Amino acid sequence: MQDMAHEIYTDDMKPPVTSVGVIGWAKANLFNGIFNSILTIITIFILWKFLPPFIRWAFVDSAWNTTGAACREASGACWSVIFSNFRFIIFGFFPYESQWRPFVAMLILFGLLFYSRNRNHWSKYLGYSWIIGLIVMGLLMKGGLFGLASVDSTKWGGLPLTLLLSVFGLTAAYPLGVILALGRQSKMNGVRWICIVYIEAIRGVPLISLLFMSSIIFPLFLPEGVTFNKILRAQVAIILFTAAYIAEVVRGGLQGMSKGQYEAAESMGLNYYLTMRLVILPQALKIVIPPTVSILISAFKDTSLVVIIALWDLLKTTQSVLSNPEWMGFSREAYFVVAIIYFLGCFSMSNYSRKLEKELSAGEQH
Amino acid sequence: MDDIQTEKIPFWLDPKKRAIIFQIGVFCAVGLLAYYLISNTLINLEKQSVATGWGFLQKESSFEIGESPIEYSAASTYLRALIVGALNTLKVSFIGIVITVILGTIIGVARLSTNWLVSKMAGIYIEVMQDIPVLLQLFFWYAIFYEALPGPRQALAPIKGIFLCNRGVAFTVPASHPAHKYMFLAIVVACFSVYFLRRWAKKRQDETGKIFPTFRVGISTIIGLPLLTWLAFGAPIAMDTPKLVGFNFKGGMMLSPEFIALLLGLVLYTAAFVAEVVRAGIQSVSKGQTEAAMAIGLRPALVLNLVILPQALRVIIPPLTSQMLNLTKNSSLAVAIGFPDFVSVANTTINQTGQSIEGVALIMAVYLIFSLSTSAFMNWYNKKAALVER
Repeated sequence: MQDMAHEIYTDDMKPPVTSVGVIGWAKANLFNGIFNSILTIITIFILWKFLPPFIRWAFVDSAWNTTGAACREASGACWSVIFSNFRFIIFGFFPYESQWRPFVAMLILFGLLFYSRNRNHWSKYLGYSWIIGLIVMGLLMKGGLFGLASVDSTKWGGLPLTLLLSVFGLTAAYPLGVILALGRQSKMNGVRWICIVYIEAIRGVPLISLLFMSSIIFPLFLPEGVTFNKILRAQVAIILFTAAYIAEVVRGGLQGMSKGQYEAAESMGLNYYLTMRLVILPQALKIVIPPTVSILISAFKDTSLVVIIALWDLLKTTQSVLSNPEWMGFSREAYFVVAIIYFLGCFSMSNYSRKLEKELSAGEQH
Repeated sequence: MDDIQTEKIPFWLDPKKRAIIFQIGVFCAVGLLAYYLISNTLINLEKQSVATGWGFLQKESSFEIGESPIEYSAASTYLRALIVGALNTLKVSFIGIVITVILGTIIGVARLSTNWLVSKMAGIYIEVMQDIPVLLQLFFWYAIFYEALPGPRQALAPIKGIFLCNRGVAFTVPASHPAHKYMFLAIVVACFSVYFLRRWAKKRQDETGKIFPTFRVGISTIIGLPLLTWLAFGAPIAMDTPKLVGFNFKGGMMLSPEFIALLLGLVLYTAAFVAEVVRAGIQSVSKGQTEAAMAIGLRPALVLNLVILPQALRVIIPPLTSQMLNLTKNSSLAVAIGFPDFVSVANTTINQTGQSIEGVALIMAVYLIFSLSTSAFMNWYNKKAALVER
């Protein structure tokens, strides 16, 4: 009986309309208190002031696939600047009929990245397929074998160049950074000081100074007759720069290792090399995966600086389109699209890093 | 047993000797590499017959610099040009850091707001700004200036006394008056006296337990002293409004498009990172701390001042400094939009004199000085703020 009465009672007494549903939610999250209500109203006012004109500019009044002259007639955004020059912006001066090659290379890269997302797939074979993938990508870009026409690296540009600089930059910087981090933790004073000076000096200067060095001073370093191409020189600068940051991240992981790990490895009779390879590094590197991904994100963003030493990366191809009289004056639209490309890349990486962080911290709890 | 003890350990199995040999090897390798690079460089320089050394610093620069905090002309030396560049870097970094910290704090607090809309907007801002290269943002703001804004004749005036055009932004400022110098002096004096007042008040509180209203007295000193100076000079209120003369504005204060684009780009980009730092710092103080402070009867202002801030700042300051340093280093991107910062001036110098090694070395040295002095300050602060376990 009592149960029945209870049921009827709860059936009859519904919560007030103002505390459930949309109204309840708004009351709890938007209008809880005078200050918050004022904030909400101000924010909505600002959004209402800016969003509709922006949508109007971007979608309603915009020109999508016209000539530059027709664009000037339209009062909205001129997305034609992107659509008419899409292939040049993405691929730069790569020969038009061979542009499928960088496209396939990028597909391979995205495929590998996508497959590597899942940590269950991480194995020795994935490592091998990365190596093979990178070689195939290099071959597709360079050509000269298997009937592919050779393409000089001065013609590489656009998005493939941006990706190449960041992916190869990080792949090469990672082992160097690990060595520097180990050196900095070493008991040998001489080695430690060399590593400290290198890491602190590189972290203290802006990337642009290293890029200047690569474009102006590197040629002086080499004996006469030996020349590097410009992309490789910039790549070396990016590697040297990124390695210092990776070293700091890895050092964080090494410091996080408890002393017991070293002692246990030592009591097993492992020497330094085996201790590091089998005991310390596998654990330390796992802890620092999330910060390593954020280094990857900044390396990806930082490749845009090569525009200053006149390499034809994504930003430079866009600027060159904008310096064409037909498309002059549409920088906002063009930069907007480039920003979206960078945003998508960085956002997916940072999302992944957050997901990984959760997985890793969940793994530690049990 | 005796056998093993007396047997001489071969040197490659003795860790101490092995370490020495290994280090000698590393030093030799580094030394040889350095020797190889330097000897190559010397040979190459000789072939190209480029002058070396620092003599060029005293030569006439013969290039103009758009904006300069100190007197400079094309007849000045390269040294002076480089000093102008360094001052411009310091100027844009200092102003940028001040605005960034304020904006970043506001956005970081907004991210933690209980107001859903405000918190989401702050979240979107942080995510979007962090994920777009700062160089692209600089180009974007610069493009807005020279493409979207009208010429000086049709300049926009969103607020009375401020003019926006493709030549920059012109502000109305108080007309120059000798009083300003003394007002500035008054602010400096006020800051120093408040500093000593605080020390005295703290000492007195430690000794006698009496609380001195430092905050109120401090604020009124910092505002009051310059105000009194201003009144003492007869309260000059003349304003210097920018006027259109020919094709450009005259009078007032004019900020160039390059400077504003650089400042906007750096501030908006770095503020997103600062916001994350501030958010993490505030979240690091557990709720129990606030509750405990309230339970012993502290007023909300004191809870913030004595309990939350000291703990949050310990978490916030180190990454905040590295963000400030990042802003300073990123200001070197000014070279891409033509603001005459140190890198830009040094780059012009390299192009004119051909002395690339000295030029790049100067760039690195100047930024190293900035970052090393900052990290020295950081170490000092960390020592001071570190948790003293008792």
